[in-house]
Amino acid sequence: MSTLPERVRKDFPILAREVHGKPLVYLDNAASAQKPLAVIEGQREYLANYHANIHRGAHHLAQLATEAYESGRSKIAAHINASGTEEIIFTAGSTDAINLVAQAWGRANLTSDDTVLVTHMEHHANIVPWQMICAEKGARVVPVNVLDDGTLDLDDFRKALERHQPKLVGFVHASNTLGTINPVRELTALAKEAGAVTLIDGSQAVPHLAIDVQVIGCDFYVGTGHKAYGPTGIGFLFGRREILEIMPPWRGGGEMIKRVSFDGTTYNGLPHKFEAGTPHISGGIALGIAIDWINGVGVEAITAHETALVQHAHAALGTLPGLRIIGTAPEKVGVVSLVVDGLHPYDLGTLLDGQGFAVRTGHHCTEPLMDHLGLESGTLRMSFAAYTTREEIDRAVIALERAINMLR
Amino acid sequence: MSAELIASRQNDVIEEFALFDEWMDKYEHLIELGKDVPAIDAGRKTDDHLIKGCQSRVWLAADEGEGGTVHFSADSDAIITKGLVGLMVRVLSGADAKAIAEVDLHFLDAIGLHQHLSPTRSNGLASMVQQMRLYAAALAARRA
Repeated sequence: MSTLPERVRKDFPILAREVHGKPLVYLDNAASAQKPLAVIEGQREYLANYHANIHRGAHHLAQLATEAYESGRSKIAAHINASGTEEIIFTAGSTDAINLVAQAWGRANLTSDDTVLVTHMEHHANIVPWQMICAEKGARVVPVNVLDDGTLDLDDFRKALERHQPKLVGFVHASNTLGTINPVRELTALAKEAGAVTLIDGSQAVPHLAIDVQVIGCDFYVGTGHKAYGPTGIGFLFGRREILEIMPPWRGGGEMIKRVSFDGTTYNGLPHKFEAGTPHISGGIALGIAIDWINGVGVEAITAHETALVQHAHAALGTLPGLRIIGTAPEKVGVVSLVVDGLHPYDLGTLLDGQGFAVRTGHHCTEPLMDHLGLESGTLRMSFAAYTTREEIDRAVIALERAINMLR
Repeated sequence: MSAELIASRQNDVIEEFALFDEWMDKYEHLIELGKDVPAIDAGRKTDDHLIKGCQSRVWLAADEGEGGTVHFSADSDAIITKGLVGLMVRVLSGADAKAIAEVDLHFLDAIGLHQHLSPTRSNGLASMVQQMRLYAAALAARRA
């Protein structure tokens, strides 16, 4: 039987290209995944054949575009098992989705006595929007400890719930820097028990894991398209219907209204209440296609493949002297962060680039985590996708060894 | 004379790098330069002289020399950035302030390393070059 990469690599035209005269090995999937032909063609097809503004035109093209865009929403809803499409708000991405919750839910609910509890492994996108609204309200953002192996400190999580009685608890489903998969069901249950609203940042989970928001039980769940084989500039916010219904809108404008007059304006129903202005139509359509692509391959197959790749990478990288893997939680998505004694990640990344390997170096938009782990210059991160092969990882290890030898 | 001095130094660097066809050989040379350059006095590697790039950090100190010249010293915590920083210092240090402020730095382009000046590289080099120009421009304005 053929391997997963053997089956899917042909779908990704970019994987055939060269960089600096070397075959591209793309190991920066946690930053953004490459796009299958179906996604590229789907966007082109919309722009070439049925582009029109959605939701209002009486004409044929407007109807085609609206149907395609709304089918993207249905696919997201089904993929994460939301109870209906009105629970899925299209956003520009995860960052935009968290800002929406912070500005709409946060502005209406946070007061000067309140705490927003997050974790030390959050992406800046799940820290800064809370700092901004909390600064306005006089509320506080408090982080939960992360242990040395990159797992969340569950004792500290419990204690923090008790001590701070947070109004909202936000945490990543999977860490973009460490790869750690958090026990989201358990964390959500504990937070709910403490009376908190819960928000999960699923940016790194959507491309790798099966997600069921009803089983998890969270109030909000956010995801982004471009890390999940879809386009940039599109993502989603899932919110439980009950909470979205009472949450005030954030941005005002077209699409989000029922009736506008200078005597008073009434807002549209869910989900449109939160979608002011003409949206990223081709993005919504293509994100639906990306989800179809993931399901066509099988999300379980992707998870299993990436779990095996992580184990393989840990073992292979472990042979290099002075190399330390940052983040060795038992449950990980396809992310491997590392540092090499005495060498700057930027130098290593540059020399990998010269050999055709695309990796990310630095603090990966998780500066508090890097400070917490005492990694001033950040890490070098390799991150995997459905099309990543074991052979690519083996070659990356050889290329990394060469870079280390050049720098020593 | 200073504009010619900078131009001839740029040509020297271009000639030096012309020896290397391969990307990796070029970087090998850059790394050697980075290892060699005693770029800045340890006592001056302070936050006052720090240019914080997103990833690698760069320290830059500038001193006024005789006749309106500017002398630079610099360092970085990443070796490749340090090599690049050393090249900048080698090309510009000791030249006339006005010539530095107005310099057309084409040598990075010519040796195929211009991408390091792109802000997306986040290595602090682009900010360093800007600082060098600003310092020189301020000095030139003072003397004018």
